[in-house]
Amino acid sequence: MPKVFQKSAAFFETFERKPGMQKTTHYCPGCGHGTLNKIIADQVAELGIQDQTIFVGPVGCGVFIYYYFESAGVSAAHGRASAVATGISRSNPDAIVISYQGDGDLAAIGTSNAIHAANRGENMIVFFVNNNVYGMTGGQLAPTTLLNQKTTTSPFGRSQSNDGFPLRVAEMIAGLDAPTLVARVGVNNPRNIRQASKVIKRGLEIQRDKKGYVFIEVLSQCPTNWKKNPQQACEWIDDVVSKQYPIGVLKDLADERGALERPRKEADFAAVAELLGLDAEAETVDKEMILPYEEMRFKFAGFGGQGVLSLGMMVAKMSMKRHLEVTWLPSYGPEMRGGVANSSVVAGKTPISSPVVDAPNVLVALNRPSLEKFGPLVPDDGLIVYNSSLIDQVPDGLKGKVHALPATDLAAAAGTVKAANVVVLGFIARLTGIFELSDIEAFLRETFKKPALLEVNLKAVSTGWDAAGDI
Amino acid sequence: MKKLVKGNEAVVIGALVAGCDAYYGYPITPASEIAQAASEYFLPLGKVFIQAECEVGAINMVFGSAASGLRTLTASSGPGISLKMEGISYLAGAQLPCVIVDVQRVGPGLGNIGPEQSDYFQVVKGGGHGDYRTIVLAPASVEETYRMTIEAFDLADRWRTPVFLLTDATLGQMMEPIDICQEPVHKVDKPWALDASPESNRNLVTSIYLDFDDMEAHIERLHENYRQISKTEARAEVSGAEDPQIVLTGYGITSRLLRSAIETLDARGIRAALIRPQTLWPFPTAIYQGSVKPGVPVLAVEMSRGQFVEDVRLALPKHQVSWYGRVGGNLPELEQIITQVERCLQEVSNA
Repeated sequence: MPKVFQKSAAFFETFERKPGMQKTTHYCPGCGHGTLNKIIADQVAELGIQDQTIFVGPVGCGVFIYYYFESAGVSAAHGRASAVATGISRSNPDAIVISYQGDGDLAAIGTSNAIHAANRGENMIVFFVNNNVYGMTGGQLAPTTLLNQKTTTSPFGRSQSNDGFPLRVAEMIAGLDAPTLVARVGVNNPRNIRQASKVIKRGLEIQRDKKGYVFIEVLSQCPTNWKKNPQQACEWIDDVVSKQYPIGVLKDLADERGALERPRKEADFAAVAELLGLDAEAETVDKEMILPYEEMRFKFAGFGGQGVLSLGMMVAKMSMKRHLEVTWLPSYGPEMRGGVANSSVVAGKTPISSPVVDAPNVLVALNRPSLEKFGPLVPDDGLIVYNSSLIDQVPDGLKGKVHALPATDLAAAAGTVKAANVVVLGFIARLTGIFELSDIEAFLRETFKKPALLEVNLKAVSTGWDAAGDI
Repeated sequence: MKKLVKGNEAVVIGALVAGCDAYYGYPITPASEIAQAASEYFLPLGKVFIQAECEVGAINMVFGSAASGLRTLTASSGPGISLKMEGISYLAGAQLPCVIVDVQRVGPGLGNIGPEQSDYFQVVKGGGHGDYRTIVLAPASVEETYRMTIEAFDLADRWRTPVFLLTDATLGQMMEPIDICQEPVHKVDKPWALDASPESNRNLVTSIYLDFDDMEAHIERLHENYRQISKTEARAEVSGAEDPQIVLTGYGITSRLLRSAIETLDARGIRAALIRPQTLWPFPTAIYQGSVKPGVPVLAVEMSRGQFVEDVRLALPKHQVSWYGRVGGNLPELEQIITQVERCLQEVSNA
């Protein structure tokens, strides 16, 4: 063990990051932070991990921890040290990541981030400095303030009815499956300091060995805000505080746990291209598409579940493979939950301005509400295809050319009503002349890998194609 | 190699091509496809992906990753971006590069999941506390969403700043082909980053300077950077008639609707031009001033109640700048835009 009065090798020789008084810390006389800093520094130096160590500082009295430790440092927002430490740990799998947080920071504003970092079993060690109060801001009530304890925001003492009970954070963390070591220590007397040193060393070894998450709650004295002298403060921890927050190891699974490696890899473009399946997507069809309109403006509408989004997507994909400019715009959200869904597809030979189809030149309406909603928007030269299996009455005054197609019945005859959209695809392809039957069949072969599904869809598309032949 | 993808997926593919190493996010409609695609692609490639416990957690994980020197991405929509704003202020204060995507939906409050452009003030003017700026890119197509994501990482690294990509529910949900190729990626050395090496272990990433003069000097450094960005990075696309009777202006998906309106106006014998800002901060003021002749009226169209138009008016203080917009999830309809154009022209001829 190093000499008690020797400055640790893990500390800076002088605290040059500190404005003024660079030989002393910013901690108040008798504060537990200084003792805890010394224990951590000694153990970091002894394990020889100083160069890999990254300190995440909190907002609170620990905010200037980077003044003292000659290691990498980062200041987190209030309560966010465990989240910042998560990002650092995942980014630097070889680092020893120390998140140093107080009781306002970790147990109040940052509880969620602290609990979830613990629950993910991040490779990090969290020091939770519990001094029962918000020290830095002037001694306000903390979640850890004892019942009846007076603070600047509990001037009559903490009351159970107004403020609830003191929060035992180490016990909460120990209740989770992921943490490897959870302990509560004190830095108020030599016996507690010796025990704390042992526990902290073990925690840092767990970090060195990548064995997961370590949580060490440290009962720390705050003479300034407790309105006690340093000796009284140290005694108060023994006599009162540690009765609410018992010192000891709550959980230690280090011996049974292996290393939790989370290595990172670099991925070059080839790896990205392979994952995205770009080769398969690259197949194009070298066929000039004959468009009956300068710009095809499709609207496919029906009940959610009738496949109007995927019908639009099939038309869009086939158009793209024929080198057309294309956009596909879905309706989504509340409309998709059982109401009227639709997708708009615009395809043409020049860049597409608006992807919104206000006046479709091809409307497919698979149910009556769709025909009533969009039918009147189709201009004189437009086409309307409606599902006559489900629509028995066509609204008056439609301007476009109207075609009835019993899509649901034809799909059912082909094998499943779900293929009504593919029946429509065959029908409109022939009606408009945009795709050959063989083109669609080739596309369906690329799309449907299951033979039974492919067979039904091939049957459906030819049924639709044939139906258009009668016109 | 062309692939038909949603705007939201294009973000993730752009990020992969740009060599992004880490994604942290939280589900929210209409941005969730970004987190979904990131989970699908990042993990098999050995990159970091975490679905965080909250938006606040996600942006602070971004802080940790960015401080470690990784190219880092997060995405959300209005309500989530509000939650991230504290973290974005810290990222700006600590000069950490990262890319943040806002797929705008309807606000305020819970609003709805339709498209809007009402996060303009929040994203373009700051949103978090303190005296900072972020670069804001505004794509108008899925292809541009892809390209600008790649570019956003370069800009973030070059200027050591968070960069926003501001899209909306329409752009995020619509599909268009993108052309995916190997792109030049301009990664820079980050000697300030924390990478657990002996060389970096005295580095400090912070936004706190206790001494007032030190703090003032730090803010001045940030603003010197902002001045350089303003000088070099402002961009807009000008198109349409060369000698217009009226100039239409709008960003993102709205500019696509304006392009359609200009085509229709042209067919009706009205000459109109379009200015489409591609950066919202820095705002392309010089391009506005150089492209709009004196006396030509301007119509700013946005899917918000008069946010974007303020910057247009600041850029063109001597012009008649009118506003038109739809909100609540509605897109401005073509005929409505035409009517507004006719109204503007009538007002000019009356004057």
